[in-house]
Amino acid sequence: MNFSYGYRAPDTIAEAVRLLQEGGSGARPLAGGTDLLVQLRHGIRQADLLVDLKRIPELSAVRYDPADGLTLGAAVPCADVADHPDIRAHYPALVDGAGIIGGSAIRQRATVGGNLCNASPSGDAIPPLIVLGAEAEIAGPNGSCRVPVSSFCVGPGLHLLDQGEMLVALHLPIPSPRSGSCYLRFTPRGEMDIAVVGAAAWLQLDESLSYIEDARIALSAVAPVPLVAETAATWLIGRPADSESFAQAGRLAQETARPIGDVRGTLPQRLHLVGVMTRRALQGALRRAKGETIDG
Amino acid sequence: MITKTAEHTVIGTRPPRADAFEKVVGKAVFGPDVNLPRMAYGRILRSPHAHARIVRIDPTRAEALDGVYAVATAADLPEAADRTERVGEGNVNYKYMRDNTFAGDKVLYHGHPIAAVAARTLQIAEQALELIDVEYELLDPVLDVRQAMAADAPLLHEGMHTRSLAGTADTPSNVASQFQFLQGDPEQGFAQADVVVERAFETAMVHQGYIEPHAATAAWDADGTLTVYTTTQGAFDIRSQVHELLGYPLSKIIVVPTEVGGAFGGKNVGYVEVPAAVLARKSGRPVRVVMTREEVFLASGPSSGTWMRVKMGATREGRITAAEVELCYEAGAYPGSPVGAGANCILAGYDIPNARLDGYDVVVNKPRVGAYRAPGATQSTFAGEAVIDELAEKLGLDPVEFRLRNIATNGMPRLNGGFHEHIAAREVMEAVRDHPHYNAPLERGTGILRRGRGVGLAYWGNWGARSSVTLEVNADGTVSMLMGSVDITGTRTSIAMQAAETLGLSLAHINPAMGNTQTSGYSDASGGSRTTMATGVAAVKAAEEVIAKMHERAAAIWVCEPEQVAYTNIGPDAGTFTCSRNDETMTFAEVAAKLGGTGGALRGQGDVNVRRWGGAFGANIADVEVDIETGSVRLLRFTAVQNVGKAIRPGQVEGQLRGGATQGIGWGLYEGYAYDGQGHMLNANFLDYKLPTALDVPAIETEILEIPWPEHPFGVRGVGETPIVGPPAAIANAVYDAIGVRQGFLPMTPARILESMGII
Amino acid sequence: MADKVHVTTLLNGESVEFLCAPSQTLLECLRDILGLTGAKNGCNDGNCGACSVLLDGRLANSCLVLGAEADGRTVITIEGLADWAGLHPIQQSFVEEDGLQCGCCTPGMIIAAKALLDREPNPSDGRIREWMAGNLCRCTGYETITRAVRRAAAHLNGEGAEG
Repeated sequence: MNFSYGYRAPDTIAEAVRLLQEGGSGARPLAGGTDLLVQLRHGIRQADLLVDLKRIPELSAVRYDPADGLTLGAAVPCADVADHPDIRAHYPALVDGAGIIGGSAIRQRATVGGNLCNASPSGDAIPPLIVLGAEAEIAGPNGSCRVPVSSFCVGPGLHLLDQGEMLVALHLPIPSPRSGSCYLRFTPRGEMDIAVVGAAAWLQLDESLSYIEDARIALSAVAPVPLVAETAATWLIGRPADSESFAQAGRLAQETARPIGDVRGTLPQRLHLVGVMTRRALQGALRRAKGETIDG
Repeated sequence: MITKTAEHTVIGTRPPRADAFEKVVGKAVFGPDVNLPRMAYGRILRSPHAHARIVRIDPTRAEALDGVYAVATAADLPEAADRTERVGEGNVNYKYMRDNTFAGDKVLYHGHPIAAVAARTLQIAEQALELIDVEYELLDPVLDVRQAMAADAPLLHEGMHTRSLAGTADTPSNVASQFQFLQGDPEQGFAQADVVVERAFETAMVHQGYIEPHAATAAWDADGTLTVYTTTQGAFDIRSQVHELLGYPLSKIIVVPTEVGGAFGGKNVGYVEVPAAVLARKSGRPVRVVMTREEVFLASGPSSGTWMRVKMGATREGRITAAEVELCYEAGAYPGSPVGAGANCILAGYDIPNARLDGYDVVVNKPRVGAYRAPGATQSTFAGEAVIDELAEKLGLDPVEFRLRNIATNGMPRLNGGFHEHIAAREVMEAVRDHPHYNAPLERGTGILRRGRGVGLAYWGNWGARSSVTLEVNADGTVSMLMGSVDITGTRTSIAMQAAETLGLSLAHINPAMGNTQTSGYSDASGGSRTTMATGVAAVKAAEEVIAKMHERAAAIWVCEPEQVAYTNIGPDAGTFTCSRNDETMTFAEVAAKLGGTGGALRGQGDVNVRRWGGAFGANIADVEVDIETGSVRLLRFTAVQNVGKAIRPGQVEGQLRGGATQGIGWGLYEGYAYDGQGHMLNANFLDYKLPTALDVPAIETEILEIPWPEHPFGVRGVGETPIVGPPAAIANAVYDAIGVRQGFLPMTPARILESMGII
Repeated sequence: MADKVHVTTLLNGESVEFLCAPSQTLLECLRDILGLTGAKNGCNDGNCGACSVLLDGRLANSCLVLGAEADGRTVITIEGLADWAGLHPIQQSFVEEDGLQCGCCTPGMIIAAKALLDREPNPSDGRIREWMAGNLCRCTGYETITRAVRRAAAHLNGEGAEG
């Protein structure tokens, strides 16, 4: 139980960094709060100061530039991400992930940046960010830097931010031509649920749309961190974009996965689902790479 | 008795619910909404262990914390009587209830209450809990019903010996009681069978899942009156429980029921009322205790997990010859599982000449179970209907046709020694057979998505018992209605409708309200699907008394004999008195206007103890789609059929059918308590204990049959519970139809489906 | 214990000031400080929706918002929907369609429905069920709630109460 924290809502990044630095290990950034407030209540995390980032204009901005890609403020709610026309057009896997976190009310508060910083193995926004090649922009006492999202999480609930550092934005490169992405997760219920296993896939096809030029696969809830299925993705390069290739990629992803069994899923179930969800996410990515829609 | 058989003007219509307005504007006061001046916040310390001896409890540090007003433990309660009484559809033993309010020398489950704190704020109360020092000596927990039955199992109660008709066993056991039903000669029956099916089934403990947590606020007046505001199905039952546990006179305890945010059987036994009362007495302030969602899961009264075995035989002609049933129900920490009701309901719809049933009530290190909508019946029906379905398949018969060949009839001897009266099992099954849903084509599918259809027949026995309704006639001809029953499902409207119909007035003339234990006549809990039926009888009786007394008043006005006055409650002249002496007429309102001069207040009182009631059969049809790669089961279409006797307010009846079906769907597919090996509950929240959402259930179709219970003035039978009984069975049979594998577990989670198919 | 925070918010159209602990949720502030008990505490972790409010017009679980975060923002609760002229059309539709039984989830359902209809005037049944999936109801089986939202949409679109 943690009841005794303070609250500040700065309106600049510099002020937020200062508060976080001064607050030391007890200071925590607050974005949507949908994970953090519950964790504080149950004593899963501790804090003596929450620094609310939602009043900093840059952190609530979405900017898409056809030359430069997407800059997504760390405090943009998932609903705004999932509804954004440019994101819908160019980064469908992120729409899949951001559009399925919690329910409609949660998505109005929860942020993609917060989902990343919560660093849950089952975070639905993280595998999409990874396969879309996202970078995290970090501000801190020593200025700012960028790191790939694929290396952001270092353990369950743990990330690489140092004291006084905060996530400012996510940068996603412009999508390459003939590419498509998809995130699918398995849950018992239709919504308001948490991934038993999730898989994000990104594919780039050759000009004939028959062969895979490049591929990325990332998985949720099958390892202590969101997992890049490197072997499976690399194997796909140069292969025909068909169900046989995808099935083999699913098998290779199963070899990479290191799931546990818990109340949300048994170990054999998770291992099995890695194959199924990887294959299905690849199918979805393929259809989108070909310009088909798979929504609804 | 003024019975209307035709042309009802109120009954069968769909007026707005009387309670709906305050609820849609957010003003209705539920248990946690009670707020009194100077009120303190109460919180309860709970055991982190499933089974342990309490060596020492020391509240000194908590009592010293600034802002703490009082700490309470078992030492604040007198000894309670070792006596068991019925409460709603469950039961309570006061000695065990005392131990379940504040643990004595042992804690018996994760979440078992040990002490309670009242403080200035909730935060201080939380901090104080951490300052209560408790020393435990850990004991091995027993979590599985069959392990608990083993001779070498750790004992929860060292002094408990199995009770049965044969007497009390010599050696202590976790089996609190056992019983056997025997009919005919089962061995001979199986010898006559051409086909025999035998299967075992397991179901997980499940929770009612009401959205409103348990909440009570207690306040002591200077004159020693204790008032308890609480969310409960039975204000008088809570009063009895507080009376027994505090040793305090009934007349000095007032229990005021709030609006109830869902109960489903789970709010008959009190959990927070006594702690609130003790804390209020010790602190000299009103104290409110509201459970968190985690506490509701850990330590209220869920429904039994079970292990069951069913064996049945049938002839080639499709006649059942014998059944053998074993039902082992978890009672939780203290005796009192609904295994008896489970035994009464399994196979209740069939004519089975030879049968034996063994039932066991078994304590385990889990919360003590309570009633949950048709307590015990959903579990046993899942088992019974799966075997019925499999017999039909082995005989090559349509599952509905097989059921109809063996359907129960009036007067047929039942396995439990009784017999059915005025049932309509056949009509219900025929309604399924003839239903468009059952006859609609279903594309089975050959790829990843496989579809199937299943049915389940369900029975619940219902209840009658004591109810009280007061009707007070006002000077403008309107009527104020007070009922002692707690309204948990909209019953103040369905009771007012029966009063209005009897009085020959429009519903707008009746303003219904819930009373409390100080204002109303004694009423049993709103459970057992009894309220619209039994409290309806009380309302009709009160209305008849009003009419009889109004005759006298009209006679006084007309200066005639009461026998010369007639009243009509039907047709265009409804609500009119006529005098045969002078052929004059007066309306109800005109007589009411002169009450002051004709004798004063006029009140009709209906106090009844309804001793005979009709059971209710229902059935479900489920279409499912199974993803054979993920094990996910999606409901495509779902139908609920039920004989309700008479639907007083059909919208409410449909709501009961849909709501019960949705709980049954949750039970079938998603819901179940999960424990680790040490007995810690792993899913005490709404994320991991998964109630169905709006996305998980289809638009449930309903078909209401009205085959009356003849002893009710309008033919009403209990409605509310039967709807939950059949859905898991229907879904399990549909899953089999889709994938060809029988399901032996509830819930049928995706992992269980994949396991059953041998995929994982 | 950290100092209390002074919060000024536009609550149901009226400017309201209150003091709360920084860790107190908006739900606690509404219920225990401001006396508005329409929003319910069903789970306190965002999994049931009974505490739904509109925060700057957006649907929010008030158990997952700090009271302090409401400073300078607008909050609408169930108590802010009806006025003296009568029920809001969504409330009226819930009454007419029996879109409630026990009524505990109802304030959250109605607020969620308002958030939906404010942005999508003509949602399909499927869309209604998807949007409302964050609001658990244990009594109705959701069908009459879906119908109530559909009826309210028709009414708000000027199609008359019978729509």
